[in-house]
Amino acid sequence: MASEALGWWGIPLAIIAGTLRGSAPFLFVSLGECLTEKSGKINLGLEGTLLMGAMSAYAVSYLTGSPWLGVIVAGVAGMFLGCIHGWLSQQPRVNDVAVGIAMIIFGSGLAFFLGKPFIQPSAPQLPVISLGAWSQMPQVQSALQISPLFLAGVAIAPLMQWFFRSSRWGLLVRAVGDSPDAARAMGISIFKVRMASIVAGSFLAGIGGASLSLFYPGSWSERISSGQGLMAVALVIFARWNPVQCLYASLLFGGAQAIGPALQSVGIDSYYYLFNASPYILTLIIMIVTCSPKRTLTGAPGALGQAQE
Amino acid sequence: METTAVAVQTKPAPPELEVVNLTKRFGTFTALDQVSLKVTPGSFHALLGENGAGKSTLVKCIMGFYKPTSGDVLVDKHSRTIDSPKDAHHFGLGMVYQHFTSVPAMTVAENLVLSRYDSPQWINWKAEYDRLDAFMATSPFQIDLRTPIAQLAAGQKQKLEILKQLYLNSRVLILDEPTSVLTPDEADEVLGLLREEVTAGHLSVLMISHKFREVMAFTDEVTVLRKGQLAGHGYVRDLTVDAMAHMMLGEKKEATPVEKVTVTDMRPVLELRNLCADRDNGLPAVRSASLVVSTGEIVGIAGVSGNGQRELVEVLAGQRPRHSGEILVNGEPYQSTRREMARHQVYTLPEEPLRNACVPHMSVAENMALRTFDKPPQAKRGLLSLLNIRRMAEELVKVFSVKTPSVDTPVGNLSGGNVQRTVLARELSSTDINLLIAANPCFGLDFSAVDYIHSQILAARNRGVAVLLVSEDLDELLKLSDRIFVISDGELVYESPTASADIKTLGQKMAGH
Repeated sequence: MASEALGWWGIPLAIIAGTLRGSAPFLFVSLGECLTEKSGKINLGLEGTLLMGAMSAYAVSYLTGSPWLGVIVAGVAGMFLGCIHGWLSQQPRVNDVAVGIAMIIFGSGLAFFLGKPFIQPSAPQLPVISLGAWSQMPQVQSALQISPLFLAGVAIAPLMQWFFRSSRWGLLVRAVGDSPDAARAMGISIFKVRMASIVAGSFLAGIGGASLSLFYPGSWSERISSGQGLMAVALVIFARWNPVQCLYASLLFGGAQAIGPALQSVGIDSYYYLFNASPYILTLIIMIVTCSPKRTLTGAPGALGQAQE
Repeated sequence: METTAVAVQTKPAPPELEVVNLTKRFGTFTALDQVSLKVTPGSFHALLGENGAGKSTLVKCIMGFYKPTSGDVLVDKHSRTIDSPKDAHHFGLGMVYQHFTSVPAMTVAENLVLSRYDSPQWINWKAEYDRLDAFMATSPFQIDLRTPIAQLAAGQKQKLEILKQLYLNSRVLILDEPTSVLTPDEADEVLGLLREEVTAGHLSVLMISHKFREVMAFTDEVTVLRKGQLAGHGYVRDLTVDAMAHMMLGEKKEATPVEKVTVTDMRPVLELRNLCADRDNGLPAVRSASLVVSTGEIVGIAGVSGNGQRELVEVLAGQRPRHSGEILVNGEPYQSTRREMARHQVYTLPEEPLRNACVPHMSVAENMALRTFDKPPQAKRGLLSLLNIRRMAEELVKVFSVKTPSVDTPVGNLSGGNVQRTVLARELSSTDINLLIAANPCFGLDFSAVDYIHSQILAARNRGVAVLLVSEDLDELLKLSDRIFVISDGELVYESPTASADIKTLGQKMAGH
């Protein structure tokens, strides 16, 4: 087998490689948003959480030399932002979308402010799991170098699905998100359940940020997220609030993101910026196709985004 | 969990529930004043009273939602402190609310398991289904466990609410107007099955009701509240409907008799031609409906909830786009725009008025002005005259006897009956009203409010207004309408003049046979 001349086969391979490398942030943020929205709240601020996670993971990894500690700190930083959102968005007559936009600005501003000293130095990266040893081709081998965080995310998706179906807490989250009145009649504290969901969701989003700065692209800069946190919100709608479908949707978005670089790798440089914009175009198309004034979305939590009484 | 399963099998006798000299004040307002009540084990007890008489406050004190200002709640002769529904459950008390409390997106089984206070953190669905199947086999109603709540009809949802309490092992059931969303047949079925459980000594029931028919047919004892005070108590077998109505209302009040004037010069006002509309999920809800409503007649549409009535009314009110078909008003195509409504004088009393006909956070006066605020005298040269809006509202509040602290109160703070009166005032105060579309106008209202609304609708009809009345209450339709249709699965399957309508056939058509 000719190991060097992959030719046009390089494009799908590069897309697959890009998908495996680049979908982890989508996956973590969308799972976090899925959990948050199941409880009836929207957290647009996960874009800010993602950046905060990326910055803190990189900084801690650089300062302590332990990337895993960085991952944990990224999650904790996410929880901190989640607490603020969870409390603010549940005040009377407060709109969670407005709070979310404020949290994007706050989270990214804080990350840029604290992250200034860490743009230059290089921090220890997360270990790589190589699944391509069976192949002779170095391209295949390098394509199948997978982040442990991606594998963790792949495991969390079905676990979350199971959590929603077969655990008391999962049922409580769904009840609160679908019918707060019914939940209140059962004596459940809406505030606590939503707070816990938002904080846990923000923890996941923070870890998504760690995947950005400690695996791919593997550095810290202010443009590192390029709106992935916001796209993940659209992705949850596309996935119909189903964690396993969030996984598939994340792979789709990750793949769309990889189209531009993949074409470039085989020498197609024209329309580079257009191809790089494909995740954004995909987001727009999904929004147009799934939203209709004539019908409600199946699977949408009944009380999603409704104001508190 | 083992104890739960065993308890279901043995069904211990219900405890005795007694309320002694209970008083509840909200600020300076006394909602309940020295009320006492006793539910003996194995009895079916009715709690009667008008809206605002304090029935809901009383049961909420029993269930631990409110803390009584003074007085005692006794379970099995011991005074108990009940601070939450969970405490109440501990003493075997369970409540079925007027509004459904099941989570629409979850299945019957998920709702039942979730409702249990002791459900395990990790749910083994196979074991739970086995246990639920065993429970269903011994329960008075059967519902498919795997159906999502959103797909259940109103009657089944109500049964589920009761089942939930039986599943929780509650031995004293408190029911808050359990039949207000049911057809008469469904109501009889649900209450009949509960009656059997009570007769067998498995249950006690305390039921809030407005319906004398049900009180007479199913209950043993009745306690009547009026304006927060005990107005009477007795055994149903010793009482007449008149006597109970007298206790409830104070003075003797009879339902205003239905007097219909024959309107000459009948001309068609509303005409539907093959009207089709879709549900929220895109499936057809109304299938090719055609009908004519003429001046001076009430055309009724009967049907079990969820057969397309809501969508039909929403299309007529302009809340939902039609799929196909034509609507003509006074012979002209009608698109339900505000301009057309004003020109043809079309008015609507939709169901759930707080949601469909009011802006809850806006004041009573503003809500009453929604139709006319942009026309003189309420608007002058493009500016609102708040003074005139207020004056008009104060006048309407008087005429339609809306009970509100002031016309500046947000309409969402009023009780259901008064919200309906506010809408009624707005929709029926116009002198040259032409077409009235009413949907379940009396849902959840008490005797005197119902009587008032009925007389208003009849008065409109006698003035020559064309009325389309969509209702789930067959008695209401038989009382008011001149012609009656039955809607089933979105189709108008039956039409008859009300005078010659066969009730048995109506029931069969409603059930879809």
